[in-house]
Amino acid sequence: MADAALFEFLHTEMVAELWAHHSDPGPGGQKMSLSVLEGMGFRVGQALGESPTASAWPKRLPLSPRLPQETLAFREELDVLKFLCKDLWVAVFQKQMDSLRTNHQGTYVLQDNSFPLLIRMASGLQYLEEAPKFLAFTCGLLRGTLSTLGIKSLVTASVASLPTCKFQVVIQKT
Amino acid sequence: MAVCVAVIAKENYPLYIRSIPTENELKFHYMVHTSLDVVDEKISAMGKALVDQRELYLGLLYPTEDYKLCSYGYVTNSKVKFVMVVDSSNTALRDNEIRSMFRKLHNSYTDVMCNPFYNPGDRIQSRAFDSMVTSMMVQVC
Repeated sequence: MADAALFEFLHTEMVAELWAHHSDPGPGGQKMSLSVLEGMGFRVGQALGESPTASAWPKRLPLSPRLPQETLAFREELDVLKFLCKDLWVAVFQKQMDSLRTNHQGTYVLQDNSFPLLIRMASGLQYLEEAPKFLAFTCGLLRGTLSTLGIKSLVTASVASLPTCKFQVVIQKT
Repeated sequence: MAVCVAVIAKENYPLYIRSIPTENELKFHYMVHTSLDVVDEKISAMGKALVDQRELYLGLLYPTEDYKLCSYGYVTNSKVKFVMVVDSSNTALRDNEIRSMFRKLHNSYTDVMCNPFYNPGDRIQSRAFDSMVTSMMVQVC
């Protein structure tokens, strides 16, 4: 679908642009770029978290800011996480998350076996050290959506081998 | 037709409040404020009961004694509440119409959220949102 590719290209350019402006290649500068990307994802996630009413658009339309209306009754955290794995992932990446694991104490691990933003890069261990930059935006996206739905969390991502990646969500209990 | 529309944030402060007869504004502000208690009660009651489909639309909150004004509520998944005060003396507004008005409000609110120049938690200053609310308020008179 041409529309999905648009977001992938935009995302690639965003990462490249933020990295290019670094005159300071040390770890301090890199952390700032990562947090800028994560902040962008957070704002987008906040907007996506507003579930709208009767969407006239078909579910397959990518990047639609409208999520399906049935996502109403969130009676517990697990429901919210399932919503992230199914509806949010489908709306943004046109596929569902492959696995969701939890320790029932506030930590969830979401695994995607062929993450669309990484799948074009490599499949295996090549470019492993470049991968985290491409996951920062998505971590922010998850954190932003959770925050609109009322859950404060910390999201980190890890890659063992492209294109499989895991997002770890730790709910902050206040 | 609506005489007052208010959008209240999760922390219970108003993001947007507008009423039509601009002399008695304070009365409407007060009414919206008292409706918030009823809204909170409904939300917490629904959380405890094993309701399968938790509705976003809360329905009639309470009618006032003499003015024939009623307020209706609607809550989104992000705990943003919409409160609408309608004047039921002219036309008996059907439930469907109120629901469709809330749906329009929700869609416009989602648009406001998607606006990159809007920071969540600020007062809503979007003219598009304003004009949508105006269209809801001047329907009858």
